[in-house]
Amino acid sequence: MNRWLLWLPLALFGLFFAAFATGLIMPKDNIIESKMVGKPMPAFSLPGAVEQRPALSSADLAEGKPTLLNIFASWCVPCIAEAPHLLALQQAGAEINAIASRDTPQDIANFLNRWGNPYSRIGTDTTSKVQLELGSSGVPETFVIDGNGIIVHQHIGDIREEDVPKILKLLEDAK
Amino acid sequence: MIAETGLIALWLAGALTLLQFILGAVGLRTDREAYFAAIRPVAIAQGLFVALSFLLLIWLFLRSDMSVKLVAMNSASVKPLLYKFAGTWGNHEGSMLLWVTVMGLAGAFIALFERSLKTRTLVATLAAQAFISLGFYAFLLISSNPFERMFPVPADGQGLNPLLQDPGLAFHPPTLYFGYVGLSVAFSFAVGAMITRDVGAAFAKAMRPWVLGAWIFLTLGITAGSYWAYYELGWGGWWFWDPVENASLMPWLAATALLHSVTVLATRDGLRAWTLMLAVVAFSMSMIGTFLVRSGILTSVHAFAVDPERGSFILALLALYIGGAMALFALRVGTVKEGSRFELVSREGALVANNLLLSVILALVFIGTLYPLFVEAITGDKLSVGPPYFNLATGPLALMLVAVMAAGPLLRWRRDNPRTLLNRISIPILITAASLFALALFTTGMSILSLLGMGLAAGVAIASFAPLWKRNLRRTPMHTYGMVIAHFGIAVALVGMASEASFTEEKLVAATPGDEIVVNNWKLKFEAIEPVAGPNWTALESRITAQYGDGALHPINPQNRMFAAAQTQTSEAALLTRWNGQLYVVLGDGDSEGRWQIRVWWKPFVTLIWYGGILVALGGLLAMVGRLRRGYKQRKQREFAEAML
Repeated sequence: MNRWLLWLPLALFGLFFAAFATGLIMPKDNIIESKMVGKPMPAFSLPGAVEQRPALSSADLAEGKPTLLNIFASWCVPCIAEAPHLLALQQAGAEINAIASRDTPQDIANFLNRWGNPYSRIGTDTTSKVQLELGSSGVPETFVIDGNGIIVHQHIGDIREEDVPKILKLLEDAK
Repeated sequence: MIAETGLIALWLAGALTLLQFILGAVGLRTDREAYFAAIRPVAIAQGLFVALSFLLLIWLFLRSDMSVKLVAMNSASVKPLLYKFAGTWGNHEGSMLLWVTVMGLAGAFIALFERSLKTRTLVATLAAQAFISLGFYAFLLISSNPFERMFPVPADGQGLNPLLQDPGLAFHPPTLYFGYVGLSVAFSFAVGAMITRDVGAAFAKAMRPWVLGAWIFLTLGITAGSYWAYYELGWGGWWFWDPVENASLMPWLAATALLHSVTVLATRDGLRAWTLMLAVVAFSMSMIGTFLVRSGILTSVHAFAVDPERGSFILALLALYIGGAMALFALRVGTVKEGSRFELVSREGALVANNLLLSVILALVFIGTLYPLFVEAITGDKLSVGPPYFNLATGPLALMLVAVMAAGPLLRWRRDNPRTLLNRISIPILITAASLFALALFTTGMSILSLLGMGLAAGVAIASFAPLWKRNLRRTPMHTYGMVIAHFGIAVALVGMASEASFTEEKLVAATPGDEIVVNNWKLKFEAIEPVAGPNWTALESRITAQYGDGALHPINPQNRMFAAAQTQTSEAALLTRWNGQLYVVLGDGDSEGRWQIRVWWKPFVTLIWYGGILVALGGLLAMVGRLRRGYKQRKQREFAEAML
């Protein structure tokens, strides 16, 4: 047998080792981003969720000014955590619209009374139909939409304090 | 105090392992008898201390001692006793402790019972075994102390992953671990033999029971794991080619090849270098499997808690052991004398064919499993390799392997005549042809692979008994029966797989209580949805009665379970087993109009897959007991003859 051939297993192993090490060192992101980013908002029209705020349709999101679309639910704990940061965004001048996912008017009203209401319009999506069309798989999620109704960015999970300036910058850039 | 005692026992065991390694290494260098004599008791003591440590951890879990961090994170006081017990190894630290415990006990076992190997080779083997264990001790003691306390003490624990709260869990992971560790012993034997250049029949005979033992456990582990995934994950499939499943399949493939090549080495003193390489590869596969599962490097349905730091540690150990062994192989195998030769048409030839086919299948599974990793490392794209690749790539080879399996045991060692072979397997060939003909005539919609599989299985089922033909059944050695049963088990499993793939009928309906669902000969009546409660969960249960033809009514009640401790929902499939198959029902979500998603499968003869697996393991057990008994008898006879002289 050729003596060099005997080193082949070690060489192959070295190759796999290199691949493993790269895989381990490389940052891992397992978040599934919506395929809708960069595309126009799908057409929808949702009835209003609470009396104090008007209903929401896709036309409301293409009126020339960049907006945020927040998907939330009264039964969602991280939504409570992000509530103060949404209020901060609103005070900084952001227009925030919302889709309430699988919820009842009474629960939504209670949630807004208790944790604050940063929203301009709230549509209610009882079967998550619009949410799924948007390519969103959970709550909370927030989309940044430019003035023409194109989705610029998708934020998955609750908005933390450190995300607020980033989102404001995205809104600024979308002008 | 229990936790502290456990930690002390673990440190002592670690120290003894270091001593075992030093005694072996220095002993081999200086060739001093005193070192050789001391290594056996040290190995035994090491095994005892690590076992004590593991028993104490089990005790902590049974007592629900929430001041121990590991218990608090993975157990809950309301959990049923069985799951408290099984929870000991249902987590990273506990399972690593189980691993070193089994390794320690295996070392003690070798030290106690291995008498046929040359002293130097035995010492080298024990030193190699200690060297492997040392890495895992370092891992446990430095970064994953299972006995760590926590303060403040929580009122109750966080519970165990609900998917794992199943009797299957109590046995599935430890079974695989026994298999992995058995392969580590085979690896140690191979390293020992390479160090002393003592590769021959005696080495093969000493290693064989460990390979057989490991292989039995791996077979059982994979069979149980497949059945667990089948009924617990609620997808109706029995194998998903998921990375974690492949991680258990790859060592099995390597071990199966090793099992057959070690027989050539033990009987005919052939395939020396190849057998050494396979022993190294088999253990590499179990290490790589552990690495893939623990590091989270591949995304898998099996949600293990992952941690990159642990991944790096296992990777470092992997580089040290496998890289080291492969370098040793390259340096030493050139100096190992070539074994005896054989003709192409011979028992050895068939076993080489078996080895080559198994190695190619192993390579294909390995590439398929790691391909996404390579692509991501090079291009950054994420992709996954699915069942179509694996089935297409490995299916035809597996069928060829089965065909070789039918012929191999009927061949003579060294050389045989192709024509007499054809004579011997003419009946199985006829049966295969006849069943292929019948299947093609009377069934529709079978894929080529399933058709061939079913036909081959029929022939192989007969061929597997051919080695017993015209033999005195009472004088036939036990290991021959083992082979017959194991090969028959493969045929049985193959029938199950082909039948499941071809004849499964599926129906997905949105039903309201009162509706009737018909699948094949089954009539299912959806009676009601009712809430039920278990010890640590609540569930919605659908009350369904199933009737096969005009037979009796059977209740079959799938559930949607909600676990209190971790707020997780699982779907509990309900199964109804008949002799000719299984009815499989899953309850999905309800909608606002009171309809419920119900999915029903009728899977003819699906259970044969797992019965086949059990037969294969049983065959392995018979072979192992037979070999051990024969070895013991031969030694007694030799000792008797020496005493007479």
